[in-house]
Amino acid sequence: MTPQPDAAQSGVATPVEYRSAMATTSIALEETPIIRLLLGWADDALILGHRLSEWTGHAPMLEEELALANIALDLIGQARLLYAHAGALSGHTEDQLAYLRDVPAWRNCLIMELPNGDFAFSIARLLLVSAVTDPFWQAATASSDATVAAIAAKAEKETAYHLRHAGEWLVRLGDGTAESHRRAQAALDTLWPYTGELFTTVDPGLVAAGVAPDPQALRQAWEASVAAILARATLVRPKDGWMQSGGRSGRHTEHLGFLLAEMQFLQRSYPGAAW
Amino acid sequence: MTGTGDLRSRALAALETVVDPEIPTLTIGDLGILRDVEVHGDAVAVVITPTYTGCPAMAMIALEIETALARAGIAGHVRTSLAPAWTTDWLTDAARAKLAASGIAPPGPAGSRRALFGEDRPACPLCRSADTERISEFGSTACKALYRCRACREPFDAFKCH
Repeated sequence: MTPQPDAAQSGVATPVEYRSAMATTSIALEETPIIRLLLGWADDALILGHRLSEWTGHAPMLEEELALANIALDLIGQARLLYAHAGALSGHTEDQLAYLRDVPAWRNCLIMELPNGDFAFSIARLLLVSAVTDPFWQAATASSDATVAAIAAKAEKETAYHLRHAGEWLVRLGDGTAESHRRAQAALDTLWPYTGELFTTVDPGLVAAGVAPDPQALRQAWEASVAAILARATLVRPKDGWMQSGGRSGRHTEHLGFLLAEMQFLQRSYPGAAW
Repeated sequence: MTGTGDLRSRALAALETVVDPEIPTLTIGDLGILRDVEVHGDAVAVVITPTYTGCPAMAMIALEIETALARAGIAGHVRTSLAPAWTTDWLTDAARAKLAASGIAPPGPAGSRRALFGEDRPACPLCRSADTERISEFGSTACKALYRCRACREPFDAFKCH
């Protein structure tokens, strides 16, 4: 990420300002409810965007390479706007929030950080996540927080593409060969216990104030679009059982540490390094 | 003409030279992302609205705006405004014509989900045939999808409706 002007700050940060903001290996962050809420959304987008970016150079075909990189770019863009908004409230820059927090300070759902696995796993995850982010961003266009509403106005269009793209692929994989069907079903079965966390309750005050959509209210739309795709894909919806959680409160899988080690390496090894 | 109006028109003239680095046929005015030039004393604030959330060209465009102002001897900075959100409806008619002339199908009206999903197929920018098919929803940049013309068989980029 390079310094970019945002709604709160004007002008491109100078290299001197950038170096001074980044010349530390970690930041202290006081998480008010709104900052915590924004970080949850931003971390979800950045971590999934980072995972998708790992497909660059490895996707099964050129068109898919472009598609996954484009989706990653959308998600990282959404994350940047959300970090800029959270940072304006907490007194940090978007890069400080992305690069100078360690594992326990990350608020993303665990499903985002799981390793990519095979193509079926990455596509099944993208479907399960997009099926909730699509109605989420649509609802967020009515947020009483003007910046959230403005971000949502762009994001809901982008996410609609992600949902359709993942859905079309999952139908092809599920309704494809015996091997692609087996892998798609195995991916769904593995991912399912991580889907409950997508509906984690958020601060009720922020829901009451109209800042945040109520995650519970998104469940019906999620169920409907997942069910429609799985039916076409001839895949079986796994049974709801024990659901894994912890990401929103900073208890992560071992995978996030490896991801952050790669993503944050430069800023942690060379604090304040700038182009 | 007042001094303020003069500064504003000089800034606008300087900004005529700033193009989208990914679609250099379009200026930021054509794209509709140049929203305003505010005069604050001796300096200007150029207000732009991002096209696509993750568009990597935006940082470059902000830099080029500051460079263009500096070249014209105008003090100024860039301010990004997120609301109202940019839509392809803000592309000027000149922009649509320039896109088509450079082989990129311009977007239709962005009013519906059908348009968003490209269900209203773009006409081939090369032979004008309406018989086209989508190859991929994601093209060479965030703002374009990849199509193929079934009449002249040429692949082409289409600007996505957003």
